[in-house]
Amino acid sequence: MSETTHHPLVRLESLALIAIGGFAGSNLRYLADTLLPGLYGTLAVNVLGSFALGFVLYEALYAGVLAPETRAVVSTGFISSFTTYSTFALQSAQSAPTWLVLNVLANYALGFSGVLLGRWLARSTDRRWSA
Amino acid sequence: MVGVIEFDPAHVVGTGGAIGALLRQYVSALVDVKGYPTGTFTVNVLGSFALGFVTFLGADTTLLLLFGTGLCGSFTTFSSFSFETVRLWETGEPGQAIGNAGGNLLGAGIAIGLAWALVELLA
Repeated sequence: MSETTHHPLVRLESLALIAIGGFAGSNLRYLADTLLPGLYGTLAVNVLGSFALGFVLYEALYAGVLAPETRAVVSTGFISSFTTYSTFALQSAQSAPTWLVLNVLANYALGFSGVLLGRWLARSTDRRWSA
Repeated sequence: MVGVIEFDPAHVVGTGGAIGALLRQYVSALVDVKGYPTGTFTVNVLGSFALGFVTFLGADTTLLLLFGTGLCGSFTTFSSFSFETVRLWETGEPGQAIGNAGGNLLGAGIAIGLAWALVELLA
């Protein structure tokens, strides 16, 4: 690692950016919950966030156009705060058995599909750039 | 919060969310094992316990927005969980992928159960 990445101000800057990402991500999730209260709002943020994170992280593996710092802030700060496991788990636990099973299956199946869709998008943009 | 100052819900949620994101970064870096998503598992289980605890306690709306929606919501993450699960599967570890998917669910479920039991005990 270069000397600059060890500078306290550099570390402070990335922490500040993660905090800003967390502020924005949690608010967007809160907005989704007011528009679509309950299980559906949480499902929507988890699927959208899984897709977005899938794209950002697979893009790193394929094309690598985004700077590592940008990626860290967007993924750790914004997207990871936008999605939530605790609300998903608590809402499932508070649902009737049938809804519990359906909610877990829906979040898991659509969340994993979202990652795969993000991967597909990252692969197709990669081909376009390297062509 | 005490009837004197009205906080904008967006600021309350955002403040909790910023703290949650920083704590997640700190805790997951602390417990992460290379190649295994132990960091995400840890934050998801701890955060589910904390969210269950404040919810079952019946905390007031502002506190729930700050600590529940904001902090616990951001501290735990679904996107990293699903990315890491897919990644385990495609790197030739389907057993670990299934274990991770089931483990997070089981861990969070037990944590919520414990939070409920703790609130019952305190009541």
